[in-house]
Amino acid sequence: MIRVIPGDPALTVAGVDASESDIAAIRAKLGTDKPLAAQYGQWLLDVFRFDFGHSLTSGRPVTQLILERFPLTLSLAVLGIILSVLIAIPLGVISAVQRWSFWDYLGMLFSQAGMAIPSFWLGILLLLLLSIKYRVFPLFGSGSFSHLVLPSVSLGIARAAVLLRLTRASMIEELSREYIITARAKGLTERMVNYKHALKNALLPVITIAGIQLGYMLGGAIIIEQVFSLPGLGRLFLFAVYQRDFPLIQGGVVFVAFVFSFINFSVDLLYSLLNPRIRIT
Amino acid sequence: MKRSSSTLFYLSIFFLVALGAAAVAAPVIAPYHPTVQNLDDRFSPPSRTHLLGTDNLGRDIFSRIIFGSRSALIVGIVAVTIAVIIGSVVGLIAALSREITDNILMLLMDSLLSFPTILLAITVVSFFGYGLFQVMIAIGIIFSPIFARLVRAEALVIKTEGFVEASRSLGSSTFKIVYKHIIPNLLGKVIVQCSITFALTIVIEASLSYLGLGTQPPTPSWGLMLKDARNYLALAPWMAIYPGLALALTVFSFNILGDVLSERLNPRL
Repeated sequence: MIRVIPGDPALTVAGVDASESDIAAIRAKLGTDKPLAAQYGQWLLDVFRFDFGHSLTSGRPVTQLILERFPLTLSLAVLGIILSVLIAIPLGVISAVQRWSFWDYLGMLFSQAGMAIPSFWLGILLLLLLSIKYRVFPLFGSGSFSHLVLPSVSLGIARAAVLLRLTRASMIEELSREYIITARAKGLTERMVNYKHALKNALLPVITIAGIQLGYMLGGAIIIEQVFSLPGLGRLFLFAVYQRDFPLIQGGVVFVAFVFSFINFSVDLLYSLLNPRIRIT
Repeated sequence: MKRSSSTLFYLSIFFLVALGAAAVAAPVIAPYHPTVQNLDDRFSPPSRTHLLGTDNLGRDIFSRIIFGSRSALIVGIVAVTIAVIIGSVVGLIAALSREITDNILMLLMDSLLSFPTILLAITVVSFFGYGLFQVMIAIGIIFSPIFARLVRAEALVIKTEGFVEASRSLGSSTFKIVYKHIIPNLLGKVIVQCSITFALTIVIEASLSYLGLGTQPPTPSWGLMLKDARNYLALAPWMAIYPGLALALTVFSFNILGDVLSERLNPRL
């Protein structure tokens, strides 16, 4: 489908002053002279072998390019999700246990602000404040942990906002269940009731959503990498789009979809491990 | 809580109405032309002559934000309309037809959901070509599964209600049942979802424009303004702050609108 984009990739490879025969030769080499259906069939076969062909701009195997860039993006997403869980769960639990308290209002303010502020603008604001005004973090580049802090904070905050709301709602729901009344009637302390009984059950949906969020962060990373000039998968993909490097675009989409589905599948497995009620026998 | 939430609700409505009015009356309200360059006046900080300062080409940021609201709102309106129409039709057909049609339609819709939104948007836009029009269609298609799932789930519940059965036994056609009973009962939830989706749409449009794949220069767009701002952060921070603020406030208002509407339209909550 992507090959219907106007613009002949052979022309891109050949350069401006290539002759007609050169271009035809490149077309034959790339396989773009064959009919679209044949190209698609061949491509589908290759995908099963995890072979996405070669990049048009650099000539290197797409799989290799992707695997080179993926660790950076993955570490961004993982750091982001850790951060958002660390913010969302404690604040969400306190908000639910002490409804309408100071913490609850703080949590609501945070979640509304976090959902409203687009992550790339947050990234720009963080750069303004912490890289330009107070030179705490580097403005450009990559390679060290300090380069990853601001990008993962920008990614994590928006996700934390969603998780926070969910944790709060889930915890409030659990606290209104009958087993909580039983636990209280048994004479257990509030602490026991809140943290041993309710929290355990309230966290189940939170874990599921956190896992799915990890997948979404791979998408969010595309734009955050652009803001922070990080050479991750997202920048590779964008570069491919700008250059009409179609093997690389297709490889990128299939790869991310694969990782995304894999994460969702793992979350489902984890969920059934944690929740005996839906365990498949 | 009740009072503060309704204050926020009215503030949000006020902001959105003001934004809509500004978008419609942009040429009257904006003090300068949004695309006219004034190279003598580059990077001037916010002042009386330029309320929110000027950018790297000496264009007035306040005027560009006002004109930029047009891109944001148009994309929101068109994309949400497309998503609602595709989603509702697919959702209704899936809910009312046989199991196999239902399965095929929902599988198609779910396959759209198996990609991160922004990745899918970039891919679709690179297929259609860059620009505002393509972005609207892309976002509309991408968000249609949300509506399809919502409409299908609600329609399945309403289908089994007593009043629908009564109407059917009185000889009403399927079309009449959909039109008279199912759609009116769905409307509340769909409206709430529209408000939330509108906010998401505006963020995606800004993101795509930031990446250079959405609105094309010189048409002003908030995302595009942020893209320009990224290169002059140290020199002109106001270039980055105000367009983003407009974006965040708009998204915030739509989210609040969605929250309050869902509280008022769903008495169960």
